[in-house]
Amino acid sequence: MKPQRHQIAWAVLAAAAVLLVAFAETFLSGYERTVIGFAGIYAILVVSLSFSNGLTGLFSLGHPAFMMLGGYVAAVLTFPANRKGFMLPALPEWLATAELSLFPATVIGGAAAAFAAVIVGFPVLRLRGHYLAVATLGLIIILRVLINNADGLTRGALGLNGIPRMTSLWWILGWLAVTLLVCWRLKHSSVGRSLLAIRENEMAAACMGVNRAGAKLTAFSVGAFFAGISGALWAHLLTNLTPGSFNLTMAFMLVVMVVIGGSGSLVGAILAAVSITVLREVLRPVEQAVGAYGLVQVIIALLLIATLLLRPQGFFGSSEPRILRPGPVASRTERSELPDQGAPSAARPAEK
Amino acid sequence: MTAGYVLQQLINGMVLGSLYALIAVGFSMIYGIVRLINFAHGDVMMVGAFSAFAILTVFGLPLWTALLAVLIIGALIAMLIDMAAFRPQRDAPQVNGFITSLGVSILMQNLGILLLSGQPRPFNLPDWMRTNIDVFGARLTVLELTIVILTAVILGGLSLFVQRSRLGMAMRATAENPLAASLMGIRINRAIATAFGVGGALAGVAGIMWAGRAGQIDPLMGFLPGLKAFVAAVIGGVGSLTGAVLGGFILGFAEVLFVGMLPPIYGSYRDAFVFGLLIVILLFLPNGIMGRVSEERA
Repeated sequence: MKPQRHQIAWAVLAAAAVLLVAFAETFLSGYERTVIGFAGIYAILVVSLSFSNGLTGLFSLGHPAFMMLGGYVAAVLTFPANRKGFMLPALPEWLATAELSLFPATVIGGAAAAFAAVIVGFPVLRLRGHYLAVATLGLIIILRVLINNADGLTRGALGLNGIPRMTSLWWILGWLAVTLLVCWRLKHSSVGRSLLAIRENEMAAACMGVNRAGAKLTAFSVGAFFAGISGALWAHLLTNLTPGSFNLTMAFMLVVMVVIGGSGSLVGAILAAVSITVLREVLRPVEQAVGAYGLVQVIIALLLIATLLLRPQGFFGSSEPRILRPGPVASRTERSELPDQGAPSAARPAEK
Repeated sequence: MTAGYVLQQLINGMVLGSLYALIAVGFSMIYGIVRLINFAHGDVMMVGAFSAFAILTVFGLPLWTALLAVLIIGALIAMLIDMAAFRPQRDAPQVNGFITSLGVSILMQNLGILLLSGQPRPFNLPDWMRTNIDVFGARLTVLELTIVILTAVILGGLSLFVQRSRLGMAMRATAENPLAASLMGIRINRAIATAFGVGGALAGVAGIMWAGRAGQIDPLMGFLPGLKAFVAAVIGGVGSLTGAVLGGFILGFAEVLFVGMLPPIYGSYRDAFVFGLLIVILLFLPNGIMGRVSEERA
């Protein structure tokens, strides 16, 4: 069978990503690899947020909370057992002796975040719009207070340091691929269409038999799962973890990336995440050289406001670049002969 | 637990509640008229505090000039934000306004850090503001007494303004139904600008008093009070001014009692308590105490 155009495009992109990572792992310095790692982790975060928030119209700011949870769970699991005794004295016996490798720890971290999202989601997802936003922002504050006060389990505000550096760019690339695959498939399935329907008109969606609570909870917990995963990757890339890093600024950065990329556009999310993270890192030395702290955030905030004023739907809206979407293979002349040209095809969800 | 201790807690709750009420009223007024949760409201408060710092410490002018100045500066800043960021997208979905206000908030905080440095600065009101007054064994400073009285006066004046003045009536009409109001010849944008201006002025005053109480200021100081004012407004019912005042006092008392009545180790859980309270209230009383039932617009 002849490969379709979008399959070729994906294969090219995948090959480019693999080459890029291979190049980075071989030739680049530790600092440069860390920057690329951050860009990748942000890409995972923003793709999942664009799926769970952008597509559904849920406006949750709670992503950093789930990231924090996943990060702490995974870090406690991989932490060297011989140092747990004096650093984390309140751990129960079975946890104090556990010392997992990165992959299981990451998955457990993600699962913990998804589980928390299901528990929190039942009450919180009944809220809408900015109520949901502030309630989920409250989640960050609540979780941070809890972690700050659970000294024996988390070292409180001091933060955990000396976490083994296990995250390589390969792990990040792998998880990014998984995130993209899962979110892409879900977006272009009946689940995704339910979510879009809820976003466009919740009442109408309910009348058409969409299970609103179920669909929202699915979106929310899928997003939380990948947030937990990226938290775990983050912890093992940075090798330290403090509750203070997961703050409103981070929630804001993620929202900026979703808005600029286009709410619900997964490819847009990756492009926005990578370009803004790199922009931040490039500007940071400038900021320090000039002594103008806060400059980067000012620029990014202006970028956000300009985008909202000039192109409120973001760069890609809710759709994906045409070349990456499965479409008719037929050439232009053949396609015009197709009888149902105007009918929406199942593989192409509603575009705005 | 002596009577004096309880009285002291009540006084503290009263003072904190007054501050929350001042911020929450502005918040709620803006929501009532444009259906916008203005995240940058707390940062207007920060600007007020810094202006007061400049007037008192840098220029050495008397306190009343600072009070007058923060009223004006707060109003101007809030109206400027409205004009630059919110007016161009009045017809966009609600959430866009919210994200914009988040952007404005981050912008103001970081402009503050950029121009004024992120280091906290000591903020001192004149010494006589710090004198203690003895109230049946409980202590109250002149500053705290001023906060409570000034809040009462301002809120009374605001209520008169909204009920009796032409602009106040125009604001209420716009809040009720913007289209009908504009058909009746009310200039919507002016009514909205008034709401932002009044809200900003209140935030400015709250800023100088908050700073006086805390004894220090920094560019990020407005964030948490702004968020808590949102909680207060939600408790009372967003959009209702009486509700915002009520919510402010309920939150102030609840927070003080939580810290004052439980063993000290729980004190550090205060902010978790406030947001837990918010979530519980939203679930059981989504429209708040004074909010109208289901005024949601499609």
